[in-house]
Amino acid sequence: MTDAVLNAPTARRWRLSTGNLLPILTVLLVIVAVWYLAAMRMNATWERDQAVRAGVELTLPDLITRTLTQDRPVLPAPHQVAAGLWEGVAGQPVTSRRSLVWHAWVTLSATLAGFAIGTGAGVLLAVGIVHSRSMDQSVMPWAVASQTVPILAIAPMVIVVMSSAGITGLLPKAIIAAWLSFFPVLVGMVKGLRTPDAMQTDLMRSWSASGSQQFWRLRLPSSLPYLFASLKVAIAAALVGTIVAELPSGATAGLGARLLSGSYYGQTVQIWSALFVAAILAATLVAIVSVIERRTLTRMGLAR
Amino acid sequence: MQTIEARGVSLTFQTADGPVHALKDVDLTVAPGEFVSFIGPSGCGKTTFLRSIAALETPTGGTLRVNGMEPDAARRARAYGYVFQAPGLYPWRTISGNISLPLEIMGFSKADRAERIARVMDLVELSGFGGKFPWQLSGGMQQRASIARALAFDADILLMDEPFGALDEIVRDRLNEALLALWRKTGKTIGFVTHSIPEAVYLSTKIVVMSPRPGRITRVIDSTLPPDRPLDIRDTPEFIALAHEVREGLREGHSYD
Repeated sequence: MTDAVLNAPTARRWRLSTGNLLPILTVLLVIVAVWYLAAMRMNATWERDQAVRAGVELTLPDLITRTLTQDRPVLPAPHQVAAGLWEGVAGQPVTSRRSLVWHAWVTLSATLAGFAIGTGAGVLLAVGIVHSRSMDQSVMPWAVASQTVPILAIAPMVIVVMSSAGITGLLPKAIIAAWLSFFPVLVGMVKGLRTPDAMQTDLMRSWSASGSQQFWRLRLPSSLPYLFASLKVAIAAALVGTIVAELPSGATAGLGARLLSGSYYGQTVQIWSALFVAAILAATLVAIVSVIERRTLTRMGLAR
Repeated sequence: MQTIEARGVSLTFQTADGPVHALKDVDLTVAPGEFVSFIGPSGCGKTTFLRSIAALETPTGGTLRVNGMEPDAARRARAYGYVFQAPGLYPWRTISGNISLPLEIMGFSKADRAERIARVMDLVELSGFGGKFPWQLSGGMQQRASIARALAFDADILLMDEPFGALDEIVRDRLNEALLALWRKTGKTIGFVTHSIPEAVYLSTKIVVMSPRPGRITRVIDSTLPPDRPLDIRDTPEFIALAHEVREGLREGHSYD
């Protein structure tokens, strides 16, 4: 009886954690298994051709081993990508041009700069739109139009125009990141700044509050849940923008450049490693924004 | 000087379906310290009239004076505090912080604010809850906090638009009692919109019965009840007679269309 009571919480905690862990692990295992099968199948063609050319018979175990250990596989196996990742992250000094940490930092710095510019622009435009009817009608269509233009078409133009003006390095990439990230912030903030209902604004009017008092004390705090939701989209978009900006114009630094050079030289492991670093970076950035969001909104009593 | 003076006040909204006469030729005089209830069915203009006093709506005809001024000027002179049906407290501010909000907007000093917050919290019996957040309080307590917020800057007039409409009967009774006590203590002029006949009779010195299409006053009933009113006054013949009179007034204004 006592034992049962004492054990109950532990048992429940265990069940809870496995309840979460088991499906996650299952999905992960399935993905890895499918990946291995796909790698074997896609890389087998080349191995068979080689064998025919050399006039040797390949046994099935031989074939499998070879498909998973190619230098330039069509699809690298998970363990090859893991090895490539480890090589790139831990196998080099972080200042080396072969280090993924260094490339990630180049991309991250432009991402953060672009995210800052985009967020600032989005918030400022939203404030203008909410306060001025003519801005609402004149700016919003352009903001929407800007997002319908493929970023792949815009990016090289921005890079080329800016480099002809003597501006290279971080700023052009940050501009493209900002191009993608200002929009979700703009849309979210316009919605957020308009959330206070008629009663809230009537209360403010009954105190003869000025426009700026109403903005700082009512509209801005009310908009924060919307802002944070937008920031999560914006920071991921900023990363995508930066990587796209690193693709053209022969950039040699950054995850985008790493992706491009990998595809030039058929270094699929390098491509996949860079992809994974980008994904990990994006997940980390979104997670950081989420933590700040939860803390802020809980403190403000706005958490849902 | 009368606190509220309305002469032929009309207010017409232009809508897609043509003009809506929210108020038509409303005459009313409210003396300082009166407790006036506005009662009537939906669309009778009781809320519109209260909002006109608060300069939240602008009448399209007639003259309206609050403390002898145009409503707009009266608002800037902090003539009234307004209480809505929902408390409308900011979730990111504590109860003290919420009561402090109008004081900050009006530019009271920090020391002055603290003193006023303590005083009005005592008045609505919320002392000790200043550090709590709105979600930690019951609906009735939140509404008391919103009344405290409306009282904090010492307006002579308290305008209340169905302030207890969203609360249950028991809480409502308690708050009605507390509101009467507060009114006797502070001597404010109170304008109170309600749907409830017992509430109107229990609280008021003057009951204004209104009717819709167009919104107008059909009867003004002066209460004969003494200022000191325990809750069980509602069972006295005098109270029942008054309630009956209000019901009559509502009926005669209401063509069943």
